[in-house]
Amino acid sequence: MTWQGWFQIGLYLAVLTALVPLLGGYMARVYLGQRVVLERVLGPVERGFYRAVRTRPDREQDWKQYAITTLVFSTLFWLVLYAILRLQGVLPFNPLRFSGAPWNVTFNTTSSFITSSDWQYYGGETTMSHCSQMAGLAVQNFVSAGVGMAVLAAVIRGFARRDTDRLGNFWVDLTRTLLYILLPLSAIGTLLLVSQGVVQTFTGSVTLTSLHGFEQVLALGPVASQIAIKQLGTNGGGFFNVNSSFPFENATTFSNFVEALFILLIPAAATYQYGKMIGRVRQGWALYVAMLLLLGVGIFNAYYQEARPTPALTAAGVTAPAVAGSTGGTMQDKEQRYGIANSTLWASVTTAASNGSVNSGHEAYSGLGGLTPLSLMMTGEVIFGGVGSGLYGMLLMVLLTVFIAGLMVGRTPEYLGKKIQAREVKLVAIGSLYMPVIVLIAAAIAIGAPAGQKSIYDAGPQGFSETLYAYVSQGNNNGSAFAGYTGFVQPNAPGNKGATGVPLADLLGGTVMLVCRFIPMLAALAVAGSLAAKRPAPAGPGTFRTDSPVFIVLLIGVIVIVAALSFLPALALGPIVQGLTTQLF
Amino acid sequence: MRKDIVGSLVAIVLLTVGFGLVYPLAMTGVAQVTFNRQANGSQVERDGKVVGSHLIGQDFRKPVLENGKPKVDEDGNPVLEADPNWFQSRPSQSDYSANVTFFNNLGPNQKDLADLLKANLDAYLALERPHTPGLTAAGVPVDAVTTSASGVDPHISPANARIQANRIAAVRGAPLDRILTLVRQSTDERAIGVLGEPGVNVLELNLAVDKEFPVR
Repeated sequence: MTWQGWFQIGLYLAVLTALVPLLGGYMARVYLGQRVVLERVLGPVERGFYRAVRTRPDREQDWKQYAITTLVFSTLFWLVLYAILRLQGVLPFNPLRFSGAPWNVTFNTTSSFITSSDWQYYGGETTMSHCSQMAGLAVQNFVSAGVGMAVLAAVIRGFARRDTDRLGNFWVDLTRTLLYILLPLSAIGTLLLVSQGVVQTFTGSVTLTSLHGFEQVLALGPVASQIAIKQLGTNGGGFFNVNSSFPFENATTFSNFVEALFILLIPAAATYQYGKMIGRVRQGWALYVAMLLLLGVGIFNAYYQEARPTPALTAAGVTAPAVAGSTGGTMQDKEQRYGIANSTLWASVTTAASNGSVNSGHEAYSGLGGLTPLSLMMTGEVIFGGVGSGLYGMLLMVLLTVFIAGLMVGRTPEYLGKKIQAREVKLVAIGSLYMPVIVLIAAAIAIGAPAGQKSIYDAGPQGFSETLYAYVSQGNNNGSAFAGYTGFVQPNAPGNKGATGVPLADLLGGTVMLVCRFIPMLAALAVAGSLAAKRPAPAGPGTFRTDSPVFIVLLIGVIVIVAALSFLPALALGPIVQGLTTQLF
Repeated sequence: MRKDIVGSLVAIVLLTVGFGLVYPLAMTGVAQVTFNRQANGSQVERDGKVVGSHLIGQDFRKPVLENGKPKVDEDGNPVLEADPNWFQSRPSQSDYSANVTFFNNLGPNQKDLADLLKANLDAYLALERPHTPGLTAAGVPVDAVTTSASGVDPHISPANARIQANRIAAVRGAPLDRILTLVRQSTDERAIGVLGEPGVNVLELNLAVDKEFPVR
């Protein structure tokens, strides 16, 4: 570890924190229906969209109607995306003449992008036409993010309102998210990235003879416009197989900072948006602080572990320390320009947020270093988490904490003055326990079934870690991977001919992603629906404050305990074993 | 429900056109005008011919000869070794492919990884020790023997470049000071003086060296 490394990490967190109230306040304006500057330009587009989808923007929905519209919209979009990906061979913008991937791989990919997971079994540059990337996948980067943020806005209204069953209008929330938040930020991001060297062109590739006489093919494409929204929308699906470690996707140390910032920007700002919308800004900051502390532990662990050589490096004698002009540590599957600090910072933020883009190969991380990405996901993606989904997941954890605190002091639990009763607690239990159950069952099937073992690349406990990571990642809609784990076998043939999927991995993973996206979404909407109808009681002397340091500690405790109770035994079989031994497998 | 279906179908068409076509087309137009060089891959030319991209690492190895013929491995691919006339990029798991990319994906406790790293380390020491007496395994920068994430890392660490500079100066008959100056000039420093790690751009460095001190 170096002081320069820590300074960069500190700078990153400082800039992020400074942007939280700016963007969060703006986002609150967007969802409260207040006028924003961009309406002068895009107002006609917004109103035209409402007419086209036949909605009256002043007509709000109750939680069930809101949920149905969300589900219908997502289901139909799933079908359309599936069709685009399968039919890419006959669709335009296909300069490298790729045919569609097999149906089971496409099932996985489609489910992955609809749920904002962006888990990728395929290699982007060797599988997807420009049409699939732009009109299929990049559209979902906007839309799946927009759906998550819209649902969050509705959930927050449930917490903020009283004596009503109305949570908002799905189409209004979606449209305003896309037009006034995601579109302008993506446009700014695209230009920042292009200025650094992230490519943006419709040329498929350039073939050249290198300085030393080798043929080299530069894969190109409309990359920057897709990468900007991939980071902002906590999607994470790369244009290239090695994602944001590839220089055409993440060109310089500056573009790396911008992309890493974009990963956490919206989920972090959402805490302030929440505070604004419920009229108590401190409540939002309390959640931000809890998230930041948990993230800080993750970053420290990853940086500390990766700054030392792994057993494989030690065995080979590759143990040079960090000195002037060299990073030391485990540089395996890491880029020189990012070094240890920026690789581990990225690995932490991309798994804290359910982003899942990577700028280093997570599989090469040491056993204990790999615990950071794994355990940040295992908290259920509530430490910042996905855009929208992270905060509504966190609000469920808040209610759980309030409930436990209420049990401890023997009072009816309250949050924001509203009584938390049996119905809410049941929904919270579903919303916080569904994930470990599904993930562990899926991982057990994948490890136990012979058909699942085809996906494993590394021998020994690392093979188990790969599998566990795969289903933790998909079950939390993250999308990062110990990338040796595969569900798609691609021979290096032109046009991607002869590629086959691994059915068990593809179908199991796709199903896990769908279930784990929509269960918490429905649970959160249902909780919001029942809270909206309640009338808050005025705070009294016995009221448990939910913006105090005590509450922050309690909340962190609940999050850690739920995750640890669920996953510690599984972690002991893979990463912890590897971290405790220098043995090679 | 029926209203939701109709509304959704209309929305899907509009969103696909808007965010799938208009947005990337507009961004491509703006990018091509404002940052033309970067948007097309930061291509580097020599004598009017494109020889690479500033951002993409290249292969500076040469075929191993056996009885005057190129040696091949069991798959029939030529076996390559470092060409001592050039600064070497970091090892690559993908033979420096910029259109088929993948991680190495060997875990922290894998024997295969230890073997690979050991082979890389031995090769590095064999190449550099004649020109850098006293170089030991503990002195070899980690980036010089580990594979990068992208497989086309354009950079090596400054420490790695300083070691290789001794060899380049010797085989090209150049003053070491001048080579070290070129190393410094080819170094991409931390952005705004703070971000990331400094890295020496191997392609730019080899171009600069080859211009002043052609291979003898």
